[in-house]
Amino acid sequence: MLEHLRTQLPALIVVTPLTMGLIVALIGRRQIGWYIAMATTAGVFAMTLQLLMDVLNHGERSLTYLMGNWPVPYGIAYKADPLSASVMLIVAAMAAVITFYARRSVASEVPVGKLHYFWGLWLFCITGLLGITITGDAFNLYVLLEISSLSTYTLVALGKERNRRALTSAINYLLLGTMGACFYLVGVAYLYMATGSLNIPDIAERLQPIYASWGTDAPLYQKTVIAGFAMMAVGLSLKLALFPLHGWLPNAYTYAPSAVSALLASTATKVGAYAFMRVIFTLVGVGFAFGRLHTDIALMACSGAAIIVGSWMAIRQVNVKKLLAYSSIAQIGYIALGFALANRDGMTASVIHLINHALTKGGMFLALGMVMYRLGGTRLSDLRGLGRKMPLTMAAFTAGGLGLIGVPLTSGFVSKWYLVSGCLEGGRYEMAAVVLVGSLLALIYVWRVVETIYFGKRDEEVQVREAPWTMLVPTLLLIGASLYFGINASHTAYIAQAAADYLLGAAR
Amino acid sequence: MDFILDYYNYWACILIMLIGLYGVMAKSNLVKKILALGIFQTGILVFYISIGKVEGGTGPVRAAGENVVYSNPLPHALMLTAIVVGVATMAVGLAIVINIRQTYGTADELDIEAIEHERGD
Amino acid sequence: MKENPIMRLAVRWNLPFMVVFALYTQTHGELGPGGGFQSGVIVAAAFFLYGLVFGGAEMRRVVPRWFTDLLAAGGVLLYVGTGLYSMFMGYEFLDHAAVMPSNPGGAEPWGMTLVEYGVGLTVFAVMMTIFNEITEGTNPEDNQTGESGADTEFGARA
Repeated sequence: MLEHLRTQLPALIVVTPLTMGLIVALIGRRQIGWYIAMATTAGVFAMTLQLLMDVLNHGERSLTYLMGNWPVPYGIAYKADPLSASVMLIVAAMAAVITFYARRSVASEVPVGKLHYFWGLWLFCITGLLGITITGDAFNLYVLLEISSLSTYTLVALGKERNRRALTSAINYLLLGTMGACFYLVGVAYLYMATGSLNIPDIAERLQPIYASWGTDAPLYQKTVIAGFAMMAVGLSLKLALFPLHGWLPNAYTYAPSAVSALLASTATKVGAYAFMRVIFTLVGVGFAFGRLHTDIALMACSGAAIIVGSWMAIRQVNVKKLLAYSSIAQIGYIALGFALANRDGMTASVIHLINHALTKGGMFLALGMVMYRLGGTRLSDLRGLGRKMPLTMAAFTAGGLGLIGVPLTSGFVSKWYLVSGCLEGGRYEMAAVVLVGSLLALIYVWRVVETIYFGKRDEEVQVREAPWTMLVPTLLLIGASLYFGINASHTAYIAQAAADYLLGAAR
Repeated sequence: MDFILDYYNYWACILIMLIGLYGVMAKSNLVKKILALGIFQTGILVFYISIGKVEGGTGPVRAAGENVVYSNPLPHALMLTAIVVGVATMAVGLAIVINIRQTYGTADELDIEAIEHERGD
Repeated sequence: MKENPIMRLAVRWNLPFMVVFALYTQTHGELGPGGGFQSGVIVAAAFFLYGLVFGGAEMRRVVPRWFTDLLAAGGVLLYVGTGLYSMFMGYEFLDHAAVMPSNPGGAEPWGMTLVEYGVGLTVFAVMMTIFNEITEGTNPEDNQTGESGADTEFGARA
């Protein structure tokens, strides 16, 4: 029985939070929602850990699971490989830690009567994110993308009790996010026209004869495939908030409840980046996307602009939550730059930064959530002189900030090291320069906050205590993990290199 | 001219999608924006349905006789799901707009911007 | 519209037929055209009609909120439950052969029937919830008595 369930892990990981989310919404008793959510996310974390082990020990380093036992091109297949399993592990780990943190924070920011809906949506969001990561079906990816997005819009809108702008941010996010998903859907239609399949590996296989025909007199479906890829690329860029399409992100992060901001910042955009990587490397193939269409040039331009503009906008913010949101746009730029390079170091940097940034930014948003919990605001003036009042929270925030800059002995340094060496390996010296400029700008915006925290003076003293331990422990755990992976990067580098090799191997 | 006539189904879908896209971008009333989003999604639905049509094919229900050509039923099944997703999106969107209207007293983006600007945030 | 005898009669006569037609659609769901999505929407449409004529409050008296909430989650749970059942019986998720291991091909319609009923219940309940969310508190007739509702109608005409 247990052996059988172990083979069912790919489906169980997605189905468990879905079922539990329904049960939470069904029971409707307000106090019990968090306990179910906590148990579910912890269980899912254990399952993803087991799945990653299984995948890494498996001979081909990938496991395929057939939904309803329908054979591959006809049914929906879930596919776990080193990359998807490690991204799932990140999502599940972040979800578990943030859920543990979220109990008091959410109770203080969301009305009591809506708590059971909140936890139900929270679990649906996690369902969608995990599903996007593991699914091997292009259309199923769209559906799961919408499951996670729809619950996210509602979660963002629930921040309206604190600030009514949450509503306008949510509707803005909804319009742009749905647009992105629609573009992706049109892209899937084009590829379906060309190949007649929806299974991602199967499409990739059927695209090969199409590519081969392009040099000859009778090119097959040339415009169809190009249009399909273009649509998918635009749609997913909207979802992952790559620079010119990032408009929804700052406000959605700023006005959402603290725990939701942390979950979004550490998982949602990461999963978007993962889906984009999948489309480029597994679906259409790097030879087509980068070799023929030169999308890598466009991606590098966008990510370079994201790094510079995101950091520059971050410098100008007075609301620290918004500052972190703009910083996230810059960090997404680093991730996109890594896979645009399409060499081993670049890919490693991309995957490793996915992990490191999830930990760092998640921890920083959690630290801000504690400020919100105690002070009711996250403007720069609220943080003035907090270094003495909430020493542990502020130490965590500062350590996370150092990680954003990329100071040695933080995890940010490891990812930037790989990124710069990837740039140099690919001969992209100008992009290496952009990364360094981005780090300098990060130094400025982090220093502004740190200076306020430790040297700022308040006009009148406020009575603030350190945040409760249930909130402190998860924050310190995340920041501690990000520091640990900065000192000892062997685990993350091992996983990231396995994933990079897998993707580049699949691309060949 | 053949280019237009041969691909008339695509032109129709593109037209519907562009009407929706224009509405989402140009209208300032949030309800209209959401309706435009629905139009855009409808364009995609029609697009999928039209690519599933096989020339001379009948409905994909088992018919008597051999060598019967069937249309591709898969896009229809996909669009059933997409319709549900679209309805869910509309419902969430309208619920948020109702909330906005109750909070701000207006569902027009420009008015909301003006209100927020007055508060100075 | 509550006072209009034609509307009242039309709804009273049509509602049962719509529900029966929905059931007809539902029972064709597993192997032919039709199914849970369509039938759920048709049943919901029947009750929308009722709500439009008799008012949202009256509709919520007939189909209370707790009932639609229960069905919305319960329907999906029925769907997922069939999948989990086959998973715990030693098959893949949603492999309906688990329903009747002796005859896997014959089991498919039975599994699909359960799934379709789950879909139908959920679609009906969610449609009702959407209608309730949008009409609750926005329709003046819901908050006023019939007579004052007639007054505003006069006021609008004048």
